[in-house]
Amino acid sequence: MHFDSGDTAWVLGSAALVLFMTPGLALFYGGMVRSKNVLAMMVQNLGTIAVVSVVWALVSYSLAFGPDAGGGFIGSLRLAGLAHPNAPVPGLHLTVPPLAFCAFQMMFAVITAALLTGTGADRMRFHGFLLFAAIWSIVVYAPIAHWVFSPEGWLYKRGVLDFAGGNVVEIDSGASALALAFVLGRRRGWPRDVMAPHSLPLTVVGAGILWFGWFGFNAGSALAAGTLSSQAFVSTQLAACTGLLGWLVVEKWRTGHATTLGAASGAVAGLVAITPACGFVNSMAAMLIGLLGGITGVLAVSVKFRFRYDDSLDVVGVHGACGVVGTLLVGVLAQQGAGGHLFAQQALAVVVTMAWAFGLTYVVAQLVERTVGLRVSPEIEIEGLDTAIHAESAYDFGNVRAGRIGG
Amino acid sequence: MRLVTAVVKPFKLDDVKQALHELGIAGMTVSEVQGHGRQRGHTEVYRGAEYVVDFLPKVRLEVVVDDDMAERVVDTIVEAARTGQIGDGKVWTTGVADLVRIRTGERGPDAL
Repeated sequence: MHFDSGDTAWVLGSAALVLFMTPGLALFYGGMVRSKNVLAMMVQNLGTIAVVSVVWALVSYSLAFGPDAGGGFIGSLRLAGLAHPNAPVPGLHLTVPPLAFCAFQMMFAVITAALLTGTGADRMRFHGFLLFAAIWSIVVYAPIAHWVFSPEGWLYKRGVLDFAGGNVVEIDSGASALALAFVLGRRRGWPRDVMAPHSLPLTVVGAGILWFGWFGFNAGSALAAGTLSSQAFVSTQLAACTGLLGWLVVEKWRTGHATTLGAASGAVAGLVAITPACGFVNSMAAMLIGLLGGITGVLAVSVKFRFRYDDSLDVVGVHGACGVVGTLLVGVLAQQGAGGHLFAQQALAVVVTMAWAFGLTYVVAQLVERTVGLRVSPEIEIEGLDTAIHAESAYDFGNVRAGRIGG
Repeated sequence: MRLVTAVVKPFKLDDVKQALHELGIAGMTVSEVQGHGRQRGHTEVYRGAEYVVDFLPKVRLEVVVDDDMAERVVDTIVEAARTGQIGDGKVWTTGVADLVRIRTGERGPDAL
């Protein structure tokens, strides 16, 4: 087999960029929680990297991209344990080694599971969440990745277009977050008590890392270095910018203030919306999709107050809602194949992904909650997860602290 | 001896400190505190959700002085800390029964 070294370098580099998004997410979310829970948020993200990467190598890569086990529903276990590492990925004509593709997709599985830490902020048990993430990436993520990303998947075969994970990552995580929010219940005192972000500078740095990593996510999804990855790269940048502007304009109009958190959130909303579309649309369409993503996001984050579910850091509002908008707009704005038929396929993918992700996540979360426990005790929630679970605190300003070594 | 305690706007601390130095006051203790009187807090907005923040940052300044100085110290602080706007703060005094300089063991007004 002969591989293109430029393509391989780009895909491996992109895999590293996508990995970097998860520590970026830890900062993005860590800044938004209260100061007593910032370390818990961050270690949940780090733990997710570890657990999902291992599970990916053991089974979920094979379930997602292994030879179809029947009906385009799930892959077989032929590649479990990364067996046959040099065998071609079924249906894909890659110019990069299959393991480079596997590594790239591994990072997608990681960030998608990590997004769920945002909805469970301030109240999830560490080991409970890691167990949840392991099961979730097998029963929720892997099948949806197979349906949409694998050429042998049933939605792929119907012509559904998802360039970099509008379905597989964004709608999947958004719908799963909604189910997780229902199982976990609201934080104590929400929405009555103030639960404002404790450090927006952390959030801004995190948003910057996400934005940076998204170039690997989107342009890397071309799986080659060339014309297509360049268009995806430009579309990604333009959509992030129009998303940011769209969010700020609506926010200024509604509340009278253009906020830092709004700018960071708007960029992410634009990036989410362009994710399924970035390789299928031209630059002007990318700007429109990003703008509509930003506007959708700023309106969608208010919905939780009306329906009283505590999607703490707006995974449903940003990733779910903007993912749906981007996915549907592919049906309207794709340079090839746009029209009623494609739109219907995209809508089908949205509905099926939401139903599977919501239903299965609800079951898995209930299972974990009723066995090892997913929500912390009221005492721990009030004290804060950092000291109560992890025996650390994020900020020590040199104040007087009772100190002695040992117990 | 009397303990003079003042809660003032943070940006007025330098003016108050300077005025007290000119009065011959040798030392003071300052801490960053939060609170409100008639001036209420402000509103913050995060992703469209409005939060009313009740407590505002203030500086609390404490200085122990001899009885005959107390009134002048209070007047000096009031003059230096006043902006005329709501939220300027308060000054009050309390009696101090005893005082010791730790280094030398001096007691009472000698330790001031």
